[in-house]
Amino acid sequence: MEEVKIGVYICHCGLNIAGVVNVEEVARYAGTLPNVVVSRDYRYMCSDPGQDLIKNDIKELGINRVVVASCSPRMHEPTFRKACQDGGLNPYLYEQANIREHCSWVHDDKTINTKKSKDLVRAAVKRVYYHEPLEVKEAPVNPNVLVVGGGIAGMQAALDIANGEHKVYLVEKDPSIGGHMIQLDRTFPTLDCSECILTPKMADVGHHAFIELLAYSEVEEVSGAIGQFKVKVRKKARYIDESKCVGCGVCEEKCPWKTDSEFEMGLAKRKAIYIPFAQAIPNLPVVDPDLCAYIQSDGKKCGACIKLCEAEAITPETLLNQMDQIVEFDVGSIIVATGYDQFDPSVIPQYGYGKYDNVLTGLHFERITCAAGPTGGKVLLKDGREPESVAIVHCVGSRDQNYHEYCSRVCCMYGLKYAHLIKELSKADVYEFYIDMRCFGEGFEEFYKRLSEEGINFIRGKVAKITDQAITEEEKGKLVVVAEDTLLGKMIRVPADMVILCAALEARSDADKVASLFALNRRADGFFLERHVKLDPVATPTDGVFIAGCCEGPRDIPDTVAQAEATAAKALSLISKGTITLEAAISHVDETVCHGCGRCEEICTFHAPKVISKDGVMVSEVNETLCKGCGACAVVCPTGAISIKHFTQEEILAQVGALTEVQ
Amino acid sequence: MDEFEPQIIAFCCNWCTYAAADLAGTSRVHYPANVRIVRLMCSGMVDPMYVLKAFEGGADGVLVAGCHLVDCHYIDGPEKCDAMFAKLSKMMHVLGLEDERLRREMISTSEGTVFARVVKEFVDQLKKLGPSPFSSLRKEKVAV
Repeated sequence: MEEVKIGVYICHCGLNIAGVVNVEEVARYAGTLPNVVVSRDYRYMCSDPGQDLIKNDIKELGINRVVVASCSPRMHEPTFRKACQDGGLNPYLYEQANIREHCSWVHDDKTINTKKSKDLVRAAVKRVYYHEPLEVKEAPVNPNVLVVGGGIAGMQAALDIANGEHKVYLVEKDPSIGGHMIQLDRTFPTLDCSECILTPKMADVGHHAFIELLAYSEVEEVSGAIGQFKVKVRKKARYIDESKCVGCGVCEEKCPWKTDSEFEMGLAKRKAIYIPFAQAIPNLPVVDPDLCAYIQSDGKKCGACIKLCEAEAITPETLLNQMDQIVEFDVGSIIVATGYDQFDPSVIPQYGYGKYDNVLTGLHFERITCAAGPTGGKVLLKDGREPESVAIVHCVGSRDQNYHEYCSRVCCMYGLKYAHLIKELSKADVYEFYIDMRCFGEGFEEFYKRLSEEGINFIRGKVAKITDQAITEEEKGKLVVVAEDTLLGKMIRVPADMVILCAALEARSDADKVASLFALNRRADGFFLERHVKLDPVATPTDGVFIAGCCEGPRDIPDTVAQAEATAAKALSLISKGTITLEAAISHVDETVCHGCGRCEEICTFHAPKVISKDGVMVSEVNETLCKGCGACAVVCPTGAISIKHFTQEEILAQVGALTEVQ
Repeated sequence: MDEFEPQIIAFCCNWCTYAAADLAGTSRVHYPANVRIVRLMCSGMVDPMYVLKAFEGGADGVLVAGCHLVDCHYIDGPEKCDAMFAKLSKMMHVLGLEDERLRREMISTSEGTVFARVVKEFVDQLKKLGPSPFSSLRKEKVAV
């Protein structure tokens, strides 16, 4: 083995490190460690001149191992590995000591920080001694993309990629694409009709030659990694023959069985066989098996739809025997755009949601003002009367330590939109209860200003309760909104016929399941975590999996669309490059030590090691494209035959040993 | 005499707890400087030998921390780590070490404050417990 010559570089990171660590002393100390031939400190190691120090020392001093003590390797390990490579050194002969995030930013005593930095540098030096050059291999990227979620985010991402003539599988769990946006009436602040702007996009998605739409389907299993994911999708039974159905709607019209419509938020009914809404894509009905009398009676009752379907798309066979289908395909990248759930305000009992008929949520009211909705676009109470006064309550479940601390970002604006629409569509007085008015987007503040001239009563204060207990004549037969008006500094009671709760946007109830399916992380608030909040907002810690829209946190339609386009750009750049770099730090079997016991094969989640017979001897062999480098096999290997490259026992023991030494 | 400052070696998985410690850094959440982190790719990569090496070197406490069960980048690393940890915990008294010196935590990427709290709690706990019986070994060994 050639002589190990280590170069150590201590970064000041401006004053981020140098302000609370004596960097010169750490560099001097590093110079005394075995095999260290050069030790320097520099203001910004990640800058070009900083990287040049490394490259020059490789060329001129012949160093063959590099240690940089700076920020987290999660931040700049790729930068310095590349610097090593540019200098002619294998990038894996590099080790980083994290003296910023794990030291200078979290402790403030300079003497202690300097000592800790020395410890971390010493450990890195002892470990880098054992580093070996690793070969970086490339693998092709499958150009197909999976998009999960057919709301505005998923549709936009799918269209952008498909317009580049790459195949997209768009999976939507509901019978139609459209997401929450298709339920909305008008969109703030321009008040353009949501359906009008969305349905052309939905039709594009439905007809696109490069989009395979899998509606009423859910992803069941994902394996593999960036460039080569394997996906298994469950296409749920619609109990009709999709190839024959022409979407005429006669079945739905004649079906006698009714229940609350999910799309209309329970404000209207749907049938047991139904097309969720008029512009649904695909325009196919779906049978609710729990409600269908024919299915429930095992073919003994009803069967009206069978008799009336001229296209013969509904038959006893489809209703009684159709099964879910499993569809399998391969993709190179995945875009997760699974959206949000509306917060359920019934968990705030004092607001009376679920108890009083005319306490509604935002999504209910969207359906009420929609011309195609259950009231034909008229603002009406449950009993059909026109309200004389309507209260709009902001921040229900948002900005509230008891529920969600975050701001849901869209409620102020849709609350204002409702106020405007109530004024436009009815004669009712409007009372808007807010904590702060957050109107930050394009045209938002102007919209707020415009509304303040429309005779709306703005009351700054959080609503304490909503009750039907009248204490004055005026309150009789009405709901009463009790709140503190913080500008007047007193409690007020406002009688209202209808109360709209601007309910928070929250993470989907099945976000945990989706997270484990795609190996995503979730923030404390339940939404999916981006790789970097500022600089990598649509990537995730899992390579090749991107996130768009409200699954990452509440946002409005323009932000969602922009983010969806960003994910499409990420997927397209992967496709355009065509290859990905495979993990080099993976398992390695020393065949001379391996007994072929198979413990590695048993523990591996990815089926990478396999015991095979080689010249009559049983040994384990690792499939390099399957191995993720998690290291579980090395822990259970009884003979020490398996090691993880770059994380060998020798290396880790050297590092731990160095950390427990005394300076 | 100086107050006893315990030394903690923390084995943290790259994807969750190491990142949580990074987040504590970027958020400037301060915690005691007694901990030294060893970055491993997965908590399932923690070999009992690494923990023993830390105790042998005189560490007063060892923290093994990684993803929550559902967050694992490698699907089920935490379960593998738990299995290893259960066996290791049983060995502590055989080694003449108190159980409290070995700690297992699951700390996700977003839990920078949790990481800081865990370190602080562990330091307080170890201060009450006093130095590891093997810490004299550390004093005899001088780093070069």
